[in-house]
Amino acid sequence: MVKYIGKRMASLIVVILGVILIIYLIMYLLPGDVTQFILGTNYTEEGAESLRESLGLNRPFIIQYIHYVWGLLHGDFGISYVSKMPVRVQLFSRFPNTLILVSCSMILCVALSIPMGIYSAVKPKTFLSNLIQGLGMIGIALPSFWLGLMLILLFSVKLSWLPSLGSVSLKGIILPSITLCVSFMASTMRMMRSSMLEVLNQDYIRTARAKGANFREIIYHHAMKNSMLPVITMIGMNIGSQMGGSVLTESVFSYPGVGLLLMNSIASRDTPTILGCLVLMALSIGICNLVVDILMLYIDPRLKTLIIKGIG
Amino acid sequence: MMNKTTNEVLLQVENLQVSFFTPKGEVKAVNDIHYTLHYNEIMGIVGESGSGKTVEAFTLMGLLAPNGKIKEGRALFEGRDLLKFSEKEYINFRGKEAGIIFQNPMTSLNPVYTIGKQLKEVLFLHNKKIQKSEAEARVLDMLRQVGINQPEKRMKQYPHELSGGMRQRIMIAMGIINHPKLLIADEPTTALDVTIQAQILDLIRNIQKKTGMAVIFITHNLGVVAEICDKVTVMYAGHIVEQGKVRDVFYYTRHPYTRGLLESMPSLLTDTKEPLAMIQGSPVNLLELPEGCPFADRCKHCMEKCKRQKPPQTQFEEGHIAYCWLNHR
Repeated sequence: MVKYIGKRMASLIVVILGVILIIYLIMYLLPGDVTQFILGTNYTEEGAESLRESLGLNRPFIIQYIHYVWGLLHGDFGISYVSKMPVRVQLFSRFPNTLILVSCSMILCVALSIPMGIYSAVKPKTFLSNLIQGLGMIGIALPSFWLGLMLILLFSVKLSWLPSLGSVSLKGIILPSITLCVSFMASTMRMMRSSMLEVLNQDYIRTARAKGANFREIIYHHAMKNSMLPVITMIGMNIGSQMGGSVLTESVFSYPGVGLLLMNSIASRDTPTILGCLVLMALSIGICNLVVDILMLYIDPRLKTLIIKGIG
Repeated sequence: MMNKTTNEVLLQVENLQVSFFTPKGEVKAVNDIHYTLHYNEIMGIVGESGSGKTVEAFTLMGLLAPNGKIKEGRALFEGRDLLKFSEKEYINFRGKEAGIIFQNPMTSLNPVYTIGKQLKEVLFLHNKKIQKSEAEARVLDMLRQVGINQPEKRMKQYPHELSGGMRQRIMIAMGIINHPKLLIADEPTTALDVTIQAQILDLIRNIQKKTGMAVIFITHNLGVVAEICDKVTVMYAGHIVEQGKVRDVFYYTRHPYTRGLLESMPSLLTDTKEPLAMIQGSPVNLLELPEGCPFADRCKHCMEKCKRQKPPQTQFEEGHIAYCWLNHR
């Protein structure tokens, strides 16, 4: 078991290094001259040359890459071209905000989508179930930036109940959380529903009935754990990708998270900050997947056996 | 524990009719089935796939699929009509008064709970007051009875860690742990290999002898019937074609279908150069049951009458009945 986790961690490191390489390469190949952005109106040939020298931009690509990774290993993400602050400081000031936003939206999502999914699987032909299904379809189809704007229009402009700017406060986080969770909620709900339907058709559910288990026991005891397996994987992966910042939602609400930082630094071609954001994103996806995989070992005993046999 | 003698009736099924309503129409899965089962008795239900034997058993347990409807009939279990049971009554009935073993042991156990937990659950479901330690002891005892070695270890294992034969033993243990009066075994050996089959049959017979419960043994294997059953009901297309004591049905066969089944069984005396005897044709479509005898189309002795009119019941030795016009010439 320990060996398996160790192996997974090692492969995570390799993946992260690969991701950094690709991101770095793309940033390197991007056309345009960074020095022009930094110097602006003070641009001169000599000034640009000496700036490149001091930023290390005239060194070969591979040296730059190794230098960057070496820095990362020491917790050094580089210095922002624009704010002249260490990227690490910027990330650390933004990351908790994103974390809070993601937690709020995930709690909302799980609390609503799982009961709804179960309900629509267990009582498939009722009005409420059809309504949930319909809302689910709409939820998946709605683009989140549009939904965000509509929510602002309704709750901030028309009703003036909530602020249109997102912030880390009780009121300021409501709209961004809703916007962030809607599409994911819809897909989680559908996953929960189809998974539950599949499990309810399994032979062991019939066995449970034959034992004399009642409806509640069958759903919450026999079907729940089995049907949660794919849903947990999905939730875990989604938390990972949202932790790196949700660019659309954070931009719509100007929420001070990693996503907005990424947007702004792309606009100002602030390469070290862009890189920092992307590395953080890759790290959080990788770590979340690892956590989910380890968690699954404890939920599904079959996986453990597979790993002991060396198949996993 | 039961102290009933053989001649007391446990279950009396009368005129049972079950249909499934599908988009294509009404599938008449079980038509006019009747039998009487006593304590201490093992009755076999034999027939090919789709003959309604499993549907019949699931009906008794209240496990019919939602599109299945009981159209007519009674099933008196110690005088109470099972077919009129509410879901709540069934919840108390299943697992306590009657147990059932399914065909496929590989998929019939919940993969995410241990064997011990799944077995103990049957006890807790029907006796809220039972102590944990007592439940544990009873599960261990049951596991030993069904021939599981190292029961303490097995209790902590998950279903996927056990072989098919062991899982079927677990299923049997689950079916009988509350000492039911009736055990329904729905093709319990079909998914197992032959040596394990024999062990499982022995196990069921021994437990039946020890507890005095009645067993309905569903199978398509006449050899199995000959080995463990007291009486047998042969089904075709949801109809009874012949019923009686195993000896009577096997040696004084009164229906061409039963004869066909018996002839298509290879034995050591069968000439291996000759092709195995078989019943020509394929099973009748349950959506369009013929007016007359359901077996008419495949029957070697089919007469004009057979296609027009359902054959009546003919009584031979005690309890031996058959539905065939040949017996009315």
